[in-house]
Amino acid sequence: MRRFAAIAGALLVGFLAVVLLAPPSSAADSSFSIGGRLNNQVGTQKVPVANVKVTVTGAGFTGAATSGPDGMWLVSVPGEGAYDVTLDTASLPQGIALTDPTRGTIHTTVQAPTINRTVIFPLGESTQKTTNPWTQVAQLTVEGLRYGLLIALGAVGLSLIYGTTGLTNFAHGELLTFGALTTWVANVTLHLPFVLAALVGLGLSAAFGWVQNAGLWRPLRKRGTGLLAMMIVSIGLALLLRNVFLFFIGGDKRAYGEFSGMAGIPLGPVSLTPTDLVAMVISVIALAAVVLAVQKTKLGKATRAVADNPALASSAGIKVEGVIQSVWIAGALMAGLSGILLGFTQQVSYLMGFQVLLLIFAAVTLGGLGTIWGAIIGSLVVGLFLQLTTLIIPPELKNVGALLVLIVILLVRPYGLLGRRERVG
Amino acid sequence: MDWGYIFSVTLQSAVGIEAIVFGLMAIGLNLHFGYTGLLNFGQSAFLAVASYSLAVLVTDMGFTFWVGIVVGILAAVVLALLLGIPTLRLRADYLAIVTIAAAEIVRLLVRSVALKDIFGGSDGLRDFSSGFYAMNPVPVGQYSLGPVTLNQDKVFVLIVGWLLVALSLLIVWMLVRSPWGRILKGIREDEDAVRSLGKNVYLVKMQSLIIGGVLGCLGGFIYALGYQNVGPDFFGTDTTFFAYAILILGGAARVLGPLLGTIVFWALIQGTDVLLRSGIDAGFPLVAWMSGSQAAVVRYIIVGAGLMLLMIFRPQGILGDRKELALDAR
Amino acid sequence: MPDSAPELGPRAIAARQILAEVPQLAGVRKPDPILVADGIVRRFGGLTAVDVERVEIQRGAITALIGPNGAGKTTFFNLLTGFDQPDEGNWFFNGTSLSGMPSYKVARSGMVRTFQLTKALSKMKVIENMRLGAAKQQGERLAKAMFPFTWRPQERAITTQADQLLARFNLDAKREDFAGSLSGGQRKLLEMARALMSEPSMLMLDEPMAGVNPALTQSLLGHITDLREDGMSILFVEHDMDTVRHIADWVIVMAQGRIIAEGPPDTVMHNDAVVDAYLGGHYDQALTASGVSFTEEATS
Repeated sequence: MRRFAAIAGALLVGFLAVVLLAPPSSAADSSFSIGGRLNNQVGTQKVPVANVKVTVTGAGFTGAATSGPDGMWLVSVPGEGAYDVTLDTASLPQGIALTDPTRGTIHTTVQAPTINRTVIFPLGESTQKTTNPWTQVAQLTVEGLRYGLLIALGAVGLSLIYGTTGLTNFAHGELLTFGALTTWVANVTLHLPFVLAALVGLGLSAAFGWVQNAGLWRPLRKRGTGLLAMMIVSIGLALLLRNVFLFFIGGDKRAYGEFSGMAGIPLGPVSLTPTDLVAMVISVIALAAVVLAVQKTKLGKATRAVADNPALASSAGIKVEGVIQSVWIAGALMAGLSGILLGFTQQVSYLMGFQVLLLIFAAVTLGGLGTIWGAIIGSLVVGLFLQLTTLIIPPELKNVGALLVLIVILLVRPYGLLGRRERVG
Repeated sequence: MDWGYIFSVTLQSAVGIEAIVFGLMAIGLNLHFGYTGLLNFGQSAFLAVASYSLAVLVTDMGFTFWVGIVVGILAAVVLALLLGIPTLRLRADYLAIVTIAAAEIVRLLVRSVALKDIFGGSDGLRDFSSGFYAMNPVPVGQYSLGPVTLNQDKVFVLIVGWLLVALSLLIVWMLVRSPWGRILKGIREDEDAVRSLGKNVYLVKMQSLIIGGVLGCLGGFIYALGYQNVGPDFFGTDTTFFAYAILILGGAARVLGPLLGTIVFWALIQGTDVLLRSGIDAGFPLVAWMSGSQAAVVRYIIVGAGLMLLMIFRPQGILGDRKELALDAR
Repeated sequence: MPDSAPELGPRAIAARQILAEVPQLAGVRKPDPILVADGIVRRFGGLTAVDVERVEIQRGAITALIGPNGAGKTTFFNLLTGFDQPDEGNWFFNGTSLSGMPSYKVARSGMVRTFQLTKALSKMKVIENMRLGAAKQQGERLAKAMFPFTWRPQERAITTQADQLLARFNLDAKREDFAGSLSGGQRKLLEMARALMSEPSMLMLDEPMAGVNPALTQSLLGHITDLREDGMSILFVEHDMDTVRHIADWVIVMAQGRIIAEGPPDTVMHNDAVVDAYLGGHYDQALTASGVSFTEEATS
């Protein structure tokens, strides 16, 4: 354990050193560019669309281009960095529109060795108006499941930590952000291939969880600090971490160097990007692993024992602090994974974890505080609810729906769908 | 390093609009959390409904200033009832989550594009303060308070604000010395014990929630009138968390805790900020490498770290008494 | 454990004389019941924790509620005092139905309880604890709280009453101390004294001797019997048999959620059904090499 700690600590320090000392993106090299080809999808035919304006903005720079007769457009950019690419829908010819009007602006990142970044704007007949409502429901259901799975990764960690230590961790969202940010830095600033960067991010997340427990929560527990005081400490920690992230990384939303802004693959009635698919598969595998671990392994059984009654578990010979340490590492790892995967759709920023935190709380409360299945099912319900309610209410208000449901559930069944009655008040 | 400037900014912050607004918020929270043990994490929602009621009624619907104020206070009462009725029977954790959720709902609604015609979306609302400033008895001109210069409207709103703070402190002081206040302190420690003595715990908690909410909502009015603008971004959870930091810093369950807390907090935060910027401008090697936007973030890092250190090492804050502290309870 | 029971005062003697006439059957009616419970059932999931057909508590007497672990005594106690709601049944205090009444209203109607894990409010001073116990305080109404002149006179009267009770329980020296600084036994006394502030007609004590050192037990027993002499009706749940033997006028025995026996302490303890419930039915078999069985040990 000590060796792991030393290595993890060294990695963390080394990583921070690289970040702090890494030179800022320079504007000197001007051979970078962003471009693409605009095609109108008519049946199986792709017809190039000309004279459409595309604008690129970012890091104080603005540039534009107009698509030529072959549909191609190209904008030179001053250097590596994050850019917003916007299609001027007013310049589209009659009858042609973005297949997804909400994706008129695409965030992308330019980094070596990719000198020319390709951005795709799928055009065709607008699918929004003519789509069969059931197709929309199917699409939203799948998106809801995807989002729910990602939330579940965070919710499971929160629930386990609450179950074994009683801590309501308001800084859990920052574990997600940490995973996403470290991956982004490894990928974009340090130019590691994405998968390797993600592994670095996961490793650092796990280490961060260990560090938090060893350096903060365990000493507080030993002192006998009350649960309420620890909750407020977690609020302070969340504020601290968010702003430290902001300090070092800045406030912009960023995308990963690879796999961003991809087009959806039609799968029957629904359309998913390859990253969505992979994210869902990884999430299912990770969640299954956790469920199996808790049910079948010795550590899992010990975890359940500690969650039920720490004093009793301790007197039965279980090393409670060891279990808690494992829970923090695993929980942080899952949260980091959640953040990394969320970074594809939510964009990586210092606030991303915080924005999801309330939804995670909703999911865990809905499913029943302290239970694994409750966290998973609650998350899926929240994810589905968030997406499906956009059929009726404007998308910007979908969080309102989820939060209202949370409040209603607390009135009717405060112990959640799977929780036990005694736990509540 | 212009020490005069640094001093004047610090002083201004210690007695300025934000000190008043957060002071009122913290006074309300003191009643909720300090005296009754209610974990209200949605205090910013009370400010939001009050200030938006004022703005909507005056700007959108053309009512007078006083009508706006009355409706704002009523809105705060209704919010307290809506929050309290379902949750006061639940455990403290649940109240915390429900109040945060409710505050988020309020913020998302007033920010939404869908309701932009009423609430002004992310730009918010203006043009509702003229009725207030029409009552300004202070003669037109510039006034100097030491190194600080203010116009008559600024002086007016500051005077009104501090008067409200004084009034709120008086109300809280009188309430907590009374037998009603005694019930609060009992509830904070052990509700069942208080019930076994024949007290209607639910009713008293609700009363506390309402009063604390109304006192906090006064902060919303001052905010709106002081900046002559109401927008959604102020009413997020961070604002509530700052108010908690202020309350704990000054000393929860002490009448003057919120007052001391808000003055010290804002002096510290703005003082360090302007000190830092001056240091950067002056080229001190320790800080010169920071950019302007980075410097702006430092004070929030301090708040987060400060809150943690407070809770760990001195949860009773400046004025509090460790023996009376219910924070260690659970 | 003290060998000598407190002396019986006139009311105790009178209570026992009345109760001597009462048949010793579970659920038997009493000549002057202050509390009557009828068909109380409480289930938790599939388990029936309490199923009491009928029980009556005699006014002015000290009644003990005993039974082995898991018998349902504490659940029944919580049901009677309003800290839990039964699934079926009704119960009446001085003729008023308490069904559906929240715990604070039960307390106001004159039935005050204490807690096994003493709930003296540690962060408040002893005198403030006592003041909190008083009933019908004008100053507790929000409208009047802001105007001290409406409640100052009553506050003075309450304080006088509190001081008298503190003196009676020997806590007057601790008046200005925080209740958290008191010893465990002193906190028990404080809780009892505080419960008396509202001048209840019935006192419900939840394991009053739990965790109490022997030195204090005698003192507590004395206080309880003194209260009986003042006319108070008392029901207490207890595990400690000596306490029961020494001060109870009447004993009610519960097992597996039901009332299995009632009667004066001496006869109840030798009741076959009661011994069965506590010892599990093997009391007449030889359990040691020397051939000694439980019955012989129990009655020796």
